[in-house]
Amino acid sequence: MQDVIEGRVWTLGADVDTDGIISGKYLTVIDPEELKKHVFEIALPEFASQAQAGDVLVAGVNFGCGSSREHAPAAMKAIGVGAVVADSFARIFFRNAINLGLPVIEVPGVRAIFEKGDVARIEMGQGRVTNERTGASVRFPPLPPHLLRILEAGGLVEHVRRELAGRAPSAGAKT
Amino acid sequence: MTGSPGHGMTLAEKVLARASGEERVVPGQIVDGRVDLAMMHEQGAQTVAPFHQMGAERVWDPDRVVIAIDHWVPAPTEGAAVLHRILRKFAAETGLPHFYDVGNHGICHQILAENGWVVPGDLAVGTDSHTNTLGAMGAVAAGIGPTEMAAVLALGSLWLKVPSTVQVRVRGSFGPGVTAKDLVLRVLGEIRTTGATYKSVEFTGPTIASLSMPERLTICNMTTEMGAKCGMVAPDDKTYEYLRGTAKHAMHPLWADADAVYERVVDVNVDEMPPMVACPYSPDNVRPLPEVAREHVKVDQVFLGSCTNARIEDLREGAALMKGHKVAPGVRFIVSPASTRIYEQCLKEGIIETFTEAGAVFTNSSCSACFGGNMGLLAPDEVCASSSNRNFPGRMGAKQARIYLMSPAATVAAAIAGEVTDHRPML
Ligand code: SF4
Repeated sequence: MQDVIEGRVWTLGADVDTDGIISGKYLTVIDPEELKKHVFEIALPEFASQAQAGDVLVAGVNFGCGSSREHAPAAMKAIGVGAVVADSFARIFFRNAINLGLPVIEVPGVRAIFEKGDVARIEMGQGRVTNERTGASVRFPPLPPHLLRILEAGGLVEHVRRELAGRAPSAGAKT
Repeated sequence: MTGSPGHGMTLAEKVLARASGEERVVPGQIVDGRVDLAMMHEQGAQTVAPFHQMGAERVWDPDRVVIAIDHWVPAPTEGAAVLHRILRKFAAETGLPHFYDVGNHGICHQILAENGWVVPGDLAVGTDSHTNTLGAMGAVAAGIGPTEMAAVLALGSLWLKVPSTVQVRVRGSFGPGVTAKDLVLRVLGEIRTTGATYKSVEFTGPTIASLSMPERLTICNMTTEMGAKCGMVAPDDKTYEYLRGTAKHAMHPLWADADAVYERVVDVNVDEMPPMVACPYSPDNVRPLPEVAREHVKVDQVFLGSCTNARIEDLREGAALMKGHKVAPGVRFIVSPASTRIYEQCLKEGIIETFTEAGAVFTNSSCSACFGGNMGLLAPDEVCASSSNRNFPGRMGAKQARIYLMSPAATVAAAIAGEVTDHRPML
């Protein structure tokens, strides 16, 4: 994962629930190509057809609340969401997103400085989100190194694989 | 962040500081916590694939992993049978000896409690959302997803965000027929289903000190319905007594500092508190039982079971009330003990007979009717009085069915009367 993430902004309100991200009727779908067709079908219907890889979502408080489905961040990752920046996240969504390698950054006050179509610049190490159109910015405590390493690896599975491989070759990766 | 240097830590913060080897932690901080106990039930079948994808071959410590199948026992469908087989195979291949299989089974949280798998000061994680139950031991016990569980099995640790803490201070004495279940329903009515999201709920005060361990398990169980990461009761002599002879590893009891920083304090006085009921369709839709009883809500089914309230104390209390009565005509009364050990105790004490003579069905131990995927499902528009913990639409079968949550004694009274009723005059 890069230290600086830049992307075109889509905005969302508060309390976007996982049903709004991927409806319950798609829970048996495991193919990411299929999942991404239905992402945000309820919360942001035009997203799936217009999104570009690297787009950034800016949301209000409690993003990802509701049912704890891992499908929600999986679908967002599949369509190529670059990052989600929100005033706050629901607990399980936050965990699932990090564990799948989707950058999620909690930045209280961030929703207020963006409009749809703006360009966001996120400096992970610095802990700053800037609206490149207006110049407005908000700071956040950078993600702890541990979570950054998981994101860098692209998710928990790969992260643990690397860690095991580094520890003891015999106990680590299968040949 | 609330805490700042110079302030004390809450119980959850103390446990997570220990688990992560930090001197102090503050809410919001992310730590890498060493796990003392990992528990999987059927959902653990989804842990097996990522475990292998990680390239892991060995489980970090087989003596700290428990597998307890409970949702579908014995397997009622082919799908459930496959999940069970995946787990058995995984346990055999990776050498996991602590598998509570059919015949030695029970609801996973009860298995952990009655076999001393979680002790004071532990960090315990499980693939079930009601892992919170074990916070009754003075531990941080939380539910995690199956992929995360794979990382725990491989590494023995996982990343955790330190929760802030809601302190629930309880004083007063329960009146006759009023129980810990009524207390937790009352607290839920106040905190609501989102009021403790990501937080630790720490119960304290003289009333909590007077609660037995089974009662503490009941109140910690329903912190899940408050959105909490964990629910906790500080360890005391009752905790040590309960775990005497069964504790599977060394205890390292911890307590909140006197100057701990709480995000919120909720005060409850249980003097004069009536029994409580959570009405459809949310566990926080809580009203006094006598008020609901006046509406003569007819029931089709009654369930005395689940990880909230199916311990031997609950079933004894229910049987005492059942004795000499019959289940009302047209009502199905399902009683399901929380573990095989409790089943055996019921057999010895004549509790099974009391229930079956009255016209109830006394089942094998499992999650049973609690979650609408195994047995005892409800048809559309049916009504159920239940000692379990959730009453969302569709929880026990049909979406339109209505579930009322209450104490074990109140469920028995509903079975006798055929409607939601105040059990206290029957005592
Ligand atoms: S008894 Fe009910 S709430 Fe408890 S673990 Fe089983 S299904 Fe979940």
